[in-house]
Amino acid sequence: MLEVCPLSQLPPGEARRVDVDPPIAVFHTDDGEVFAIDDTCSHQDASLADGWLEGCEIECPLHASRFNLRTGAVDAPPAKLPVRTHAVVITDGVIHVEMSTDTPNLPPDIRARLGGGGRV
Amino acid sequence: MKAVAVIGASLAGLSAARALRAQGFDGRITVVGDETRRPYDRPPLSKEFLSGDMTEADLALEADDDDLDADWMLGAVATKLDTHSGAVELADGTRLVADGVVIATGSRARRLPSYHDMAGVHVLRTVDDAVALRAELRPGARLVIIGAGFIGAEVASTARKLGLNVTVVEAAPTPLAVQLGSRLGAVVAAAHAANGTELICGVGVAGLTGTHRALRTACGADRVTGVDLVDGRHLPADVVVVGIGGVPNIEWLQGSGVRLGNGVLCGSAGQTAIPNVVAVGDCAAWHDPFTGGTHRVEHWTGALERPATAVATLLAGGADKDVTVKAPYFWSDQYGSRIQFAGTADPDDEVTIEEGSCDAHCFLATYRREGHLVAVLGVDQPRLFTRWRRQLAVAPTAV
Repeated sequence: MLEVCPLSQLPPGEARRVDVDPPIAVFHTDDGEVFAIDDTCSHQDASLADGWLEGCEIECPLHASRFNLRTGAVDAPPAKLPVRTHAVVITDGVIHVEMSTDTPNLPPDIRARLGGGGRV
Repeated sequence: MKAVAVIGASLAGLSAARALRAQGFDGRITVVGDETRRPYDRPPLSKEFLSGDMTEADLALEADDDDLDADWMLGAVATKLDTHSGAVELADGTRLVADGVVIATGSRARRLPSYHDMAGVHVLRTVDDAVALRAELRPGARLVIIGAGFIGAEVASTARKLGLNVTVVEAAPTPLAVQLGSRLGAVVAAAHAANGTELICGVGVAGLTGTHRALRTACGADRVTGVDLVDGRHLPADVVVVGIGGVPNIEWLQGSGVRLGNGVLCGSAGQTAIPNVVAVGDCAAWHDPFTGGTHRVEHWTGALERPATAVATLLAGGADKDVTVKAPYFWSDQYGSRIQFAGTADPDDEVTIEEGSCDAHCFLATYRREGHLVAVLGVDQPRLFTRWRRQLAVAPTAV
């Protein structure tokens, strides 16, 4: 389990990027729910924690792809692939994240930088 | 409405087809595209695709589960819109009958007249353009880019990364002045010098020089050797990229009754002068409620988002007065910096650096006109930019 921060340090409507590999983003929605998803948009290198949070949806700050925080599904293009979701547990007022073991859908430019040469 | 023809199969055309289905249209959709490829994303053509970090497969705009139930006619060029009989004529003689038409034929790269078939001279608009250019971007080669707009700046950035010697020539005194205003245009363009690209401003191009006289190649084609500037300077070049803007693909609409200017002239919800015909994307000049003018917005985001508005207009048989249009937005990645801009800048706008500093090349700037926020520019400030962008007024489309 990854300890993120006390819930009190992440007010509703706010997001926090956690620099693990690959980075994740933790959101506290206005409805009081806390979600964790992969931080990097599956379309192109952009931090979803920098995006616009509306309800249970995050809009990518770069190209306006929208992802469902609960499922990671793409709600609006240009993204084609979902982002992973991670289980969130709040213990004694502290946010913890259980990292998904699925393979992340990293965007092509990130894959290239990691040495994949841009090939899937 | 039973059949809609979407003329243009790039981002705007695809977005229109998606919007038709999303808005409940269950009739026939035919998408006509002059390129043979399925819809693909163009922004990486000057960046990750040009550098080889993205493949052609990565450019695909359609997801595996995109099920638009559309007929795709690719490699087909529309030659005439016959609004009397409700048909689009294609170059091969096909008459495509439709009772609704979405014009999404985009734009093409403006070329230098009389040099377009000279070897080593490139424009960048299509995958084929990018593949041809990439083959010539060899380390140590001398690249001259004509035009310091976003395409020019992004190609310069990519070419520096690939180890070329790069010179950018811009006729205007300041790069990006139209888009960002002269003060911040100069700030953004300072990245060229900081990354080893020579930037020459305020000088026009007189012409290109070629091997024609000296060293005719086997096939007889002329190959570029340099760029002559109007002040008499000569810039030797192995490769030249011409990035001087786009020309709307609207010639095929002449005589159709659709009003043409610099683009297809539209109301502020995509409606043309002809009922049941709307226009979207780079070829469309929508009335802009922010400025009161009519102009083309050649941004990717416009091609992504505006088709939903135009399709609603098409399906409703007229513009909905309550629909709003978001301020134009674009981004550019240059020399490792992410530049984001939303709104419309005027030369007289009051510019404020809200965060960061121009010297550090990391800042958030706002533009105000008569005290109202009209535009936001962020350089490596995505989070702040998102917040400021939300504060930009949303304009009603009422005509």
